[in-house]
Amino acid sequence: MDRAYEIAASVRSGERSAREVIDGYLDNVAARNDELNALLLVSADAARASADAIDAVVAQGKDPGPLAGVPVVLKDNLCQRGVPTTCGSRILEGWKPPYTATVVEAVIAAGGIALGKANLDEFAMGSSTENSAFGPTRNPHDPSRVPGGSSGGSAAAVAAEFAPLALGSDTGGSIRQPAALCGVVGVKPTYGRVSRYGLVAFASSLDQIGPFATSVSDAALLLDAISGHDRRDSTSFADQLIPVAPSLNEGVAGLRVGVIEELTNGEGVAPEVRAAVSAAAAALEAAGAIIEMVSLPSTQFGLSAYYMIAPAEASSNLARYDGVRYGLRVDGDDLSTMNERTRDAGFGAEVKRRIMLGTYALSAGYYDAYYGRAQRVRTLITRDFDRVYENCDVLLSPTSPTTAFKLGDRTADPMAMYQSDVCTIPTNLAGHPAMSLPWGKGADGMPVGVQVLAPALGEPTMFRAARVIEDAAP
Amino acid sequence: MNTETKWVPVIGLEVHCELSTATKLFCACPNTFGSEPNTNVCPVCLGLPGSLPVLNARAVEFALRLAEALNFDVPARSVFARKNYFYPDMPKDYQVTQFELPILQDGTIDVDGVPIEIERAHLEEDTGKSTHIGGAGRIHEAEYSLIDYNRAGVPLLEIVSRPDIRSAEQARGYASELRAVLLAIGISDVKMEEGSMRVDANISLRASESDEFGVKVEIKNMNSLRSLGRAITHEIERQAAALDAGETIVQETRHWDESENRTSGMRSKEGSSDYRYFPEPDLVPVAPTDEQRDAVRNSLPELPAHRRYRLVEEWGVSLSDARILVDAPGLADYAEAAVAALNQGSARDVVNMCTGDLLAYTNETGRIPDEVPLTPTGLAELADLVGDGTLSRSLAQEVFADCVESRKNPRAVVEERGLAQVSDTGELATIIDTVLASHSDAIAQYHAGDDKERKKKRGFLMGEAMKASKGKGNPQLLNQLLDERLA
Amino acid sequence: MTPDPVAITRAEVAHVAKLARLGLTADEIDRLTGELAGILIHARDMGELDLTGVEPTTHPLPLVNVVRPDEVEPTLDRDEVLAAAPEVEDNRFRVPRILEAP
Repeated sequence: MDRAYEIAASVRSGERSAREVIDGYLDNVAARNDELNALLLVSADAARASADAIDAVVAQGKDPGPLAGVPVVLKDNLCQRGVPTTCGSRILEGWKPPYTATVVEAVIAAGGIALGKANLDEFAMGSSTENSAFGPTRNPHDPSRVPGGSSGGSAAAVAAEFAPLALGSDTGGSIRQPAALCGVVGVKPTYGRVSRYGLVAFASSLDQIGPFATSVSDAALLLDAISGHDRRDSTSFADQLIPVAPSLNEGVAGLRVGVIEELTNGEGVAPEVRAAVSAAAAALEAAGAIIEMVSLPSTQFGLSAYYMIAPAEASSNLARYDGVRYGLRVDGDDLSTMNERTRDAGFGAEVKRRIMLGTYALSAGYYDAYYGRAQRVRTLITRDFDRVYENCDVLLSPTSPTTAFKLGDRTADPMAMYQSDVCTIPTNLAGHPAMSLPWGKGADGMPVGVQVLAPALGEPTMFRAARVIEDAAP
Repeated sequence: MNTETKWVPVIGLEVHCELSTATKLFCACPNTFGSEPNTNVCPVCLGLPGSLPVLNARAVEFALRLAEALNFDVPARSVFARKNYFYPDMPKDYQVTQFELPILQDGTIDVDGVPIEIERAHLEEDTGKSTHIGGAGRIHEAEYSLIDYNRAGVPLLEIVSRPDIRSAEQARGYASELRAVLLAIGISDVKMEEGSMRVDANISLRASESDEFGVKVEIKNMNSLRSLGRAITHEIERQAAALDAGETIVQETRHWDESENRTSGMRSKEGSSDYRYFPEPDLVPVAPTDEQRDAVRNSLPELPAHRRYRLVEEWGVSLSDARILVDAPGLADYAEAAVAALNQGSARDVVNMCTGDLLAYTNETGRIPDEVPLTPTGLAELADLVGDGTLSRSLAQEVFADCVESRKNPRAVVEERGLAQVSDTGELATIIDTVLASHSDAIAQYHAGDDKERKKKRGFLMGEAMKASKGKGNPQLLNQLLDERLA
Repeated sequence: MTPDPVAITRAEVAHVAKLARLGLTADEIDRLTGELAGILIHARDMGELDLTGVEPTTHPLPLVNVVRPDEVEPTLDRDEVLAAAPEVEDNRFRVPRILEAP
């Protein structure tokens, strides 16, 4: 697959036309999207028009930007004015936002071309994209298997060469886990690095938008284009951020790497996954890094804390879907009946489950025991990471305990599905960055991913380590 | 059942005041009243998916002004929280407010010499407006409702008193004083009729010998200070009557009906509300700095209580007159400008003219003192004319009306209409003598009568003399001359 | 102390459904009672931790005082806003009668 930065360079120089690039990718989409259901919407006409416009800019001798002519897929919980944004839900079927998300504006301003909207678990709740109201997405490596979730459509799109780049969102692992299952690179930035304005909220204190790509340098290209302060997001970093692309190839000599014991050697981690992490650690060591096992005992409480905090915030964030101002309305004789019928018809089972869980965790008499407690456990987890980062620059662990499972395998038991995120959740709770990169295939022929973690704003170091791992990967 | 029980009212007031910022609390939509429905909206105040709030700096500044005015504590940090409940006038089906950590705590306000404690004040966003169609506009008889989100997101300061208030009068006084303060520090136009100041009352009765608090009832929908007084009076009576009859008070919210002069229970919900408050993750804490507070302190105008006190001290006017001056927007400023322009006139006369003629004029015409055709300098001139004896006080009123209508200055009016007071002793003596000559029977009755009869006759003669002088006779001289002749 | 999560009752679940305005069927309520208990049982492990002196994380970033100037910016076009509405009358959003005041 062409690298995004190569495409951008050749479009910028006039060597290739953006139109030719987009046509090629649209052909790929046409060939396999029906089978994979990665994209809910393909903006073919708009994309071609954008490509023509980029070519016109180049013809005038001007620079369209770092993403010149590069097609980018957008997870369908990112708002784009006038373009249907469903969030994988019936309750928003047909809704067209009257405004565009900051990251989407940034992609377009950088010369990128919005190719289409990617399928996701409904409202980003899930780990397999089987919770979409519009059918699951299939893993391009094996269509009988899931692509992971919730950004399964974005991951599959990149893996299937529908676009070199995609944007997803990560609340408990929703970029990294599908990246691992689909054999691509996926990054969750530090909380606050990328604006959330225009990202339909799931859990506000955990959500982050991040890139999918087929290479570490492409991921860096997209991350740098979307990072930065946004005055429309009160939780976005105001200070200048250090871009990750410039230092990418500086290597890892002297870097202190900690392999997380509890996550790597946890029960439920497949042997090939464990082996991949060891091998990645060995590769870093060969390149001059110092490796040691580290213990983060509080990570074992990550799942419990997450499944109190995320649903609680979600239950509040999803209250607005009440049939009054936009989206689905199912009529009723009175307001409450209309609200109830609309939400019952509009939301799928997983979303209802999490709204119920979240509402309960916040309710009178239970707040201190559930939500309140979970937020304090979260502090413990962050402190644990801080302690370990005193002696380590980056950490290593599996991304997903297993390779991609078969469609339908885990839908009967919610807890089984939640286990998919045990390695990724702690970083969301701490607000730290982490990324997944592919490391060969498992016994079943499916991609395996390894996770690199870093402290807050440690992306440059994280990317350097990822680059070395990528070079050594099978 | 003891009809002799003395019930002590325990009253707390919750005031919601709309801040007069240019934009809403969390977005840059205009904060104006009376626009076309749903024209002052954006993704944030509509709560569209993906939208995020950003706090208005001026709203924080306004809260800090109140802190200075009423001696509040400003905690090192305050946090926004979500109050979760479903209602169509709330676009997100949660309201962003402050719960455990409000921006201001523990203030005090002086109400007629009694300090009333204010527990807290916090920032929160207003809701949209619903109009209920069908069934006389009341909510439970309506067929459907229409929602306008222009007001959604407008900044509110919710000010909660401690239940220290003990009577309807005191409640009215509290609301009136708070209103004056909010106006003086320029953070709200506090128009109860327009809804920029809303007052809810929590009322319970405690038996005077007991420490136990009674059941609290919340009263809403009092749209003026007068309604507030009447509603509270009514509620106290209602509760006392019920308690005297051995009934229990139901904890509920009651709606004041001005036309029917009573409160009525609103349809009660099953159980009390569970708002599931939690800290708002999309907003970061507010931590006011010393620099901010200093800047606010230095920018604050004189506060009502202080100004009233000062005017009483400086001008020797009564507290009630000072209150009238300070309460009416722009009136105290006008009066002070007039007094500053005086030569031989008295501040007292200025004050009387302001609280009398000027205030009547502004009330009638709806204008503010600044817009009155007679300027403070002009009013000072009028007071000077009274002060130097040129014009009698009674005629000054006529001159005022003339000046305002003709836009001429007082001296010109007095001259044109020949209203100058007659102080020529010779002329006045002639008038007195003429009057006495035609009322010799009155003179006889005066000399023959007792004190009461004398007073009456003397008054009559004085009145005739004033009439004969067409109101221009200098009253002191007339009195003196009359006394000489009646002696 | 964390209350016993397995003790979540069907009545509580029905009550929570009302709070969340989810018009769940009786079957859904039954199923959710079991599922929620199954998830909440994991909350028990948090109950064992010693959290003395540990403050909750309300925000992952140590930011304070993020504010914007009090200046008006363009609003949305009303037609675009109302175009998305399920029911409109008189340029306002129409809803069925409201039975309860908030």
